[in-house]
Amino acid sequence: MSGAPEHDAVEATKEDSILTEAARTTRSSSGSDATEGDDARANGDANLNTNKCTIRFGGLIAVNELNMNVREGEIYGLIGPNGAGKTTIFNLLTGVYKPTSGAIYFQGKRIDGLRPYEIASRGISRTFQNIRLFPSMSVLENVMTACHIHAKQSLFDAVVRTPRFGRDEAEHRDYCLELLGIFDLARYKDEGGTSLPYGNQRRLEIVRALATRPKLLLLDEPAAGMNPSEAMDLMALIRKIRDRFGLTILLVEHNMKVVMGVCERIQVVDYGKSIALGLPEQIKNDPKVIEAYLGD
Amino acid sequence: MPTFVKRLLFAVLVIVVLLGLNAMLSTQGLFGFGLDDYYARLLTFIGINIILAVSLNLINGFTGQFSIGHAGFMAIGAYVSAYLTVYHAPNWEPALAGVVGADAAHVLIFVVAILAGGLATALAGLVVGIPSLRLRGDYLAIVTLGFAEIIRIVILNIDKVGGATGLTVPGYTNFVWVGIFAVITIVVVHNIVRSDTGRALVSIREDELAAEAMGINTTRYKVLSFVISSAFAGIAGVLFAHYNKFLSTADFTFLRSFEIIIMIVLGGMGSITGAILGAAVITILPEALRQLPTIALFGQEFNFADLRLVIYAALLIVIMLTRPQGVLGTREFGMSWLRRAQKRPAGDEAVGASPGVPIAERDATKNDPVKEVENK
Repeated sequence: MSGAPEHDAVEATKEDSILTEAARTTRSSSGSDATEGDDARANGDANLNTNKCTIRFGGLIAVNELNMNVREGEIYGLIGPNGAGKTTIFNLLTGVYKPTSGAIYFQGKRIDGLRPYEIASRGISRTFQNIRLFPSMSVLENVMTACHIHAKQSLFDAVVRTPRFGRDEAEHRDYCLELLGIFDLARYKDEGGTSLPYGNQRRLEIVRALATRPKLLLLDEPAAGMNPSEAMDLMALIRKIRDRFGLTILLVEHNMKVVMGVCERIQVVDYGKSIALGLPEQIKNDPKVIEAYLGD
Repeated sequence: MPTFVKRLLFAVLVIVVLLGLNAMLSTQGLFGFGLDDYYARLLTFIGINIILAVSLNLINGFTGQFSIGHAGFMAIGAYVSAYLTVYHAPNWEPALAGVVGADAAHVLIFVVAILAGGLATALAGLVVGIPSLRLRGDYLAIVTLGFAEIIRIVILNIDKVGGATGLTVPGYTNFVWVGIFAVITIVVVHNIVRSDTGRALVSIREDELAAEAMGINTTRYKVLSFVISSAFAGIAGVLFAHYNKFLSTADFTFLRSFEIIIMIVLGGMGSITGAILGAAVITILPEALRQLPTIALFGQEFNFADLRLVIYAALLIVIMLTRPQGVLGTREFGMSWLRRAQKRPAGDEAVGASPGVPIAERDATKNDPVKEVENK
C-alpha cells in the first residue's frame, strides 16, 4: 500500500488530540512513586504487580500465592485452562474480591482492599467476559457514564444548570464522540448499546473502559465469540489502543492465535498457581504448559 | 444572558398559569370561567401526587432500588411542619407581620415549614438509606416498609401531635403552592436525570458491578438518590397536611405507599412524564368510578369507588401482562420524542470520524474522512 506512511501521519496528529494529559504523565511519573515506605516492595518499573496474592473461597484456593509483574506499557497475557482462576485474578485486581492474603500494587501503591470504584479512579479499567453494557442507555450514554471520574459538575451545577454544567457535559460529549470515532462507532451514538452486533458491543465495552482514561486496561476474553477475521481486527485494535493511549494492557484470552499474536509476555496459570512466564515462543514450547492444556 | 432570560420567562409563565388556574378555582372564577371546589381539590391532589410519584421514581425507577415507604417519609414531613405551624407559627407570625407585613409573614412561615419538613425527611432518608443501601438486593424494600409503619406507630403515640385523635392544622396550602412545588420537583428530577449524576444512577439500575468498575461509588449515589427522593416526599407531606387542615396517621398507611408505587408502575418506571400521567390517572380514577352507578353483588350494594383497590389490582395485573414496563416505559413523552421520530441519527461524518471499516482493514488511500478533513 503506497499510502501507508501518509496514513500514519494522519493517525499521529489524531493521536495528539486524543491523548489526555493523564495518559502522557503516566509514563513519566510512575517510577517516582515506587519508593515510599511500605510501597517500596513494589517493583520500580512495574505498572502492576502482585505479591503472593491468595484468595480462598471456603476450602477452595482459587488463586494461590500468585506473583505477577506487569511492566509499564506492555501487553501482558494471562492464560490457562478453564477454571484456572483467570477471571478471579481480574476480580482481585479490580477490587471485586479482596485477597485473603498477599498484596497488590499499582504504580507503587497498594490497591488491595480498595473498593472497585476507588481502583477505577486510580486508573485501572476493565471489560467483562460476558459483556456488561448498560442496556437502556444509548451508545454515547454508555461511554459518557464512564467519564464520571473526570466530571467537574456538582449536583448543584446539574440541578440549576450552571454554565459549568454545560461546559462539562460538552467536554465529555466531545471526548466520547472522538473515542467512538476512533473505533468506528460514532455513527451508532444514538442507538441502544445492546442493540449493536456482538463484535461492536465488545468494542463499545473497550471504548467505555477507555473513557475512564485508564493507565492500565484489563481485557477479559476480548475475543470470546468472535470469528477469525474479527479476532484479527481485535489484535490490531489492541496494539493500536496501547500505542495511542500510552496504556499497559493485561488480557485474559482463550484464543491462542490472539494471545500469541498480540502479547509481549505471557503468564500461564493452572489451579490458581503460576506455572510459566515468558515470551510467546517460550510459552508455546513449555512442556508444563502443554501438559496443563492437553493433560498427561 | 439568554439562558437566564429564558429561565426567568419560564418561571413567570409557570406562576401566571398557576395564578390563572387558582383564580379559576376560586368562587368568582376567571373571566366567567370557574370550577367549583371539588375540582380545586382534585387538581391539588393531582399536584401533590405528582410530587410523590416523580420523586419516588427517582429512587425506584431511575436508580432501580425498590422503596415502598414513601408514605412514611410523607408523614415525617407532614408532622414536623405541622408541629411548627401549630405550636410556633402563632408566636412568630405577629412578630414577623410587624416587620414584613401580614401576607409576607404568612408566606415566609410556610416556606420555613416546607424547608423544615423537607430537611427532616431528608435526614430520615439518610438514616434509613445508609445501612440498607450498602447491601445489594431487596433489603431497601423490607427496611422502608418497616420504617414507614414504625414512623406511623410512633406518631400515633405522640400526644403532642394529636396521637390517635388527629391534629388540626392551619390551611396554608393552596393550589399555587402545590403547583410551584410540583414544577420544582419535575425540573429538579429532570435535571438530575440528565446529568452525570443521572447517568450514574441509571448505570446502577442497569448493572451495579459494571457501574462500580467505571468508577461510580454506587453506595453514595444510591443514598443520594434516596435522600433526594425522601426530601420531596416530605415536602409533599407538608403541602398535604396544610391543605387537608387535619392530620391523622390513617392518611399514611402502607396503602398510601402502594398507591404511589402503582402510579409509577402504571406510568412507567424511569419516566418522569410517565409518573405524572400515573399520578393524574390514579388520582382521578376513584372520582371517575364514583360517577358510575352502584351495582348489586352477593346481595349487597357496591359503589365502584369502594372497589377501587380491587380495580387497582386488576389494573396492575393487566399492565403486567400487556405492558410490564408501564405505559411510557423509560421513555419521556415530549417534543424531543416527536422530533426524534423524524430525525436520522447523525453519522460519523458529523464528528469527523472514519467510516465503518474495522481499523485493521482500513486502507489509508481511500475513504478516510480524517484525511479529507486534514486536507481541507
